[in-house]
Amino acid sequence: MARFLGPLLVSPALIIILLLFMLPLAASVIGAFEVEGAYGLGNFTKAYDFYTQDIVFTAVIVGLSALLTGLLAIAIGGYLTLGENPTAVAILRWLYRWPMFIPFIVVGQILRTFLAKSGLLNSTLIALGLIDPLSATSYLDWRGVVIAFVWKQTPFVALMVAGAMASLDRGTIEAARNLGASRLRILVEIIVPQVTTTLLVGLVLSFVTMMGVLSVPLMINAQAPTMITADIAFRLSTYRDYGVANALGLISLAISGVAAWFYLRVNMRQSR
Amino acid sequence: MSAVLAAPRDYSSLRNLLWWLPRAVILGALAFVIFGPLFNMLVWTVAERWYFPHTLPIDYGFSYWGRVFAPRGNALQSLVASISIALFTVAGSLALAIPAGYALARLKLPLRGLVLLAFLLPQAFPNLPVYVNIARLFYEIGLNGTVLGVVLVHVTHGLVYAVWIASAAFSAVDRDLELAARNLGASGLKAFADVTLPLAAPGLMASAIFVFLESLDEFTGSYFVGAPDVTTLPLLLYSAGAGGNYQIASITALLLLVPSIAFMLVVEKFLRADVLAKVGQ
Repeated sequence: MARFLGPLLVSPALIIILLLFMLPLAASVIGAFEVEGAYGLGNFTKAYDFYTQDIVFTAVIVGLSALLTGLLAIAIGGYLTLGENPTAVAILRWLYRWPMFIPFIVVGQILRTFLAKSGLLNSTLIALGLIDPLSATSYLDWRGVVIAFVWKQTPFVALMVAGAMASLDRGTIEAARNLGASRLRILVEIIVPQVTTTLLVGLVLSFVTMMGVLSVPLMINAQAPTMITADIAFRLSTYRDYGVANALGLISLAISGVAAWFYLRVNMRQSR
Repeated sequence: MSAVLAAPRDYSSLRNLLWWLPRAVILGALAFVIFGPLFNMLVWTVAERWYFPHTLPIDYGFSYWGRVFAPRGNALQSLVASISIALFTVAGSLALAIPAGYALARLKLPLRGLVLLAFLLPQAFPNLPVYVNIARLFYEIGLNGTVLGVVLVHVTHGLVYAVWIASAAFSAVDRDLELAARNLGASGLKAFADVTLPLAAPGLMASAIFVFLESLDEFTGSYFVGAPDVTTLPLLLYSAGAGGNYQIASITALLLLVPSIAFMLVVEKFLRADVLAKVGQ
């Protein structure tokens, strides 16, 4: 009896995941190859013909966002670990987490107003004399998408990285400090190599999240080229074309797969 | 003598003072980047008229607030829809996650690692292709455009947090306390209800809040499964913004923000370090 209790208690939750996640996922893979009742690559040739530019755009945007997120997370984690002024460290610790709990749909809305031609960013830069009022432009294109992704994802990755950095052995850091190494050198040569795994886990999770976000590209970058997610939504709302939508979905899964593969490769090399 | 000793200290405090220049510039820029967009949203909520090239609104007022909270307005309806969907989602997720989390933490389970991994899957793939096909499936069985359909989608998404946090919360409960209750004659179920469950309650509360917020903020799944029949706050925000009504969109954004920020400020009270350390183990 006790042997069956565990599986019995887990099964309702597992069934939900099976029916409402794995089944639709399988349907999306199969649907990608379905062309008018038969199987073939027709959806992919169509996706290639119409959306190559958007596929490349998506990969570049998400890759660039992940790279910037990683750099900022290292900078924040590094200062939280090595900062010598307790007040400045405390301010940064309080400050950096805010965007983490703000939903993407709200991020899209508030950055749409902030980055607009007459938004607060431009008016502040003009007031500070950093840009000339006539050359003020809207940032609501690929830059806006990158800014939105980095804005939202950096706290999450920084939290993970800072946690990993805090649990490192202080001895090596102190020793390097006593030998006269600069803090930047300690960060790059001693700390970052030891937290690479955590950093990559955070970045792969962020990458996958960004690949699936629909609201930000719809709200910030409603022009060509746009992201795959927006194309999928358009394909369905305008043509009810599940075939091409699923082909595009599979392509976005494949791009995420490349990111996960990259992570596994780095991880394997490290453990060797 | 004392002047000689004081000199290096003065020098170092001067150095510290000078270091505050770059620190203040960088921290100030960071604060602007983080709070600037939020402030911009707040200004929009009270702007009556505001267009290019005006730096600030031309008129201020609360007329859009009146419109949002009008008794038969869209917004109040979506607020009620959003909150009821989130509450149903929490109830559903916890009903599934408490037994599953307990089994994962305490009972013998074949392929335990694989089961934990299965609950992580919805986080490991971009969700959009999955939602598209759930919508197609739901369309065939008449669940598309219903509250139940949206709740089911949110429960699936929320199970990741619910199961992992519930399992961690049960793992963090001292097993000896359960054994002591059993030794004193309590049945297994009674020991669970009187000892384990109350001790795991803060962790379960955290997972409930997490699931509530995820459901409240969820856009993509609701967009494919719910719209246009079920309108949640995120869907209202999207359509108001798409229609150029930034006031309604900003007020809706603010309504969505308040619970999220409140959660951020209290999360550490619910999610203690000993529970966090057990997540995913």
